[in-house]
Amino acid sequence: MDNLSVEHLLGIRDLTEKDIQIIFQTADSFKQVINRPIKKVPSLRDITIANLFFENSTRTRLSFEIAQKRLSADIVNFSAASSSTKKGETLVDTVNNILSMKVDMLVMRHPNPGAAQFLSTKVNAKIINAGDGTHEHPTQALLDAFSIREKLGDVAGKKVVIVGDILHSRVALSNIYCLQKLGAEVMVCGPTTLIPKHIHQLGVKVEHNLIKALNWCDVANMLRIQLERQDIKFFPSLREYSMLFGLNKEILDNLDKEIVVMHPGPINRGVEITSDVADSKQSIILNQVENGVAIRMAVTYLLAAKIKHQ
Amino acid sequence: MEKQVILSPKQFELTLNRLCYQLIENHNNFENTVLIGLQPRGINVLTRLKAQLEFILKKEIVCGNLDITFYRDDFRRRETPIIPSATNIDFIIENKKVVLIDDVLFTGRTIRSGIDALMAFGRPEKVELLAFIDRRFKRQLPIQADYIGKTIDTLSTERVNVEWTEIEGKDQVVLYSQENNG
Repeated sequence: MDNLSVEHLLGIRDLTEKDIQIIFQTADSFKQVINRPIKKVPSLRDITIANLFFENSTRTRLSFEIAQKRLSADIVNFSAASSSTKKGETLVDTVNNILSMKVDMLVMRHPNPGAAQFLSTKVNAKIINAGDGTHEHPTQALLDAFSIREKLGDVAGKKVVIVGDILHSRVALSNIYCLQKLGAEVMVCGPTTLIPKHIHQLGVKVEHNLIKALNWCDVANMLRIQLERQDIKFFPSLREYSMLFGLNKEILDNLDKEIVVMHPGPINRGVEITSDVADSKQSIILNQVENGVAIRMAVTYLLAAKIKHQ
Repeated sequence: MEKQVILSPKQFELTLNRLCYQLIENHNNFENTVLIGLQPRGINVLTRLKAQLEFILKKEIVCGNLDITFYRDDFRRRETPIIPSATNIDFIIENKKVVLIDDVLFTGRTIRSGIDALMAFGRPEKVELLAFIDRRFKRQLPIQADYIGKTIDTLSTERVNVEWTEIEGKDQVVLYSQENNG
């Protein structure tokens, strides 16, 4: 069987459809593993992984950590808030210092788009991008597509609408690439100010009416409004946003068909999605979280296979 | 490649039959025993044994498939990773007698991984090993089978294939060797 065509996981853009299928197939097995009485396999017992988080994260960081532990890797965690980067050290210096301690693989989240790509040209270790600014978040897109495949049987031919803050969302971009590579149709929906200007060049449909978008789709992926990345006002108030683009039970029940509701988290209940929708049968939000561990195990395992045994 | 049939279809059938009776001798009516085949090709042996045992005993035998990919000791020593097959063990193995089943026992490394993988499902009372073909003299670990279809002496350059009617069209065991092997 083939391995991935890439040396690092920097973005979905670099992956082929076959790469994604290999990841899914491996994740299927890891999903079995994490549901066993003993949830651990010894595959990566001689690999050390550093998790570098230059930006806050709960879910992704925990999910990566659990995935690495389930694979028996040794891990070290680094968070920017309590590190020497505050003392003026550059990214490459920080990372090279960590690598001197014989670390084989890096998982990095960074506020600057392209940070993971930049690092991959400077250091000798496998790199997994855990989110770089507003650019890409590949493991999130993989777990989203994996969850759709699990729920609906296949991704090809499905219609997926991504609703919300597309402009600031790395989840949206990675999802668009991933879903399109797997043969799904993608639509983005949100206020005009939060839809990037040339997004149609990616081959996605654009819609500003939530009801129309929901009636078109099989799956709705509701994104969070990223207030931390918005230095100006993109819409008058959260209340107005919620009234126009928030998904509530009444809207969901009045659609022509039953759709699947997703959310990458963290949820702002009552803004982009109401509690009754988030906790409804149609929501697969917690399945996404479970699948996140399996997908991250698969990606880590497949990239680790490329580290030559000394 | 030179080809030599070491178990003909008739011998193949007799061997499977004998293995069934050996299992019955030790496990009576399989009250507390489960059979687990190792992916991928141990499953073929398991499927046949299960059918034959059920025919003889007139009762259902509990069986499962075990994939050992993540427990192998040659990860990162191979060119490409092995993509795993399905594991299917939907019963409790705690305090059960487990018979692990594989088609060819060679270095013993697969079985070592298999035992590790099995323990992730609990603590069986006893684990036994059934190998349809035992290539002795090439063992790299102290592992021996409890039930053996046929023992053969081979060179490491030779290849042994257990072939099945369902897959290759004929039940037989074939030894492939390089020509001019001396």
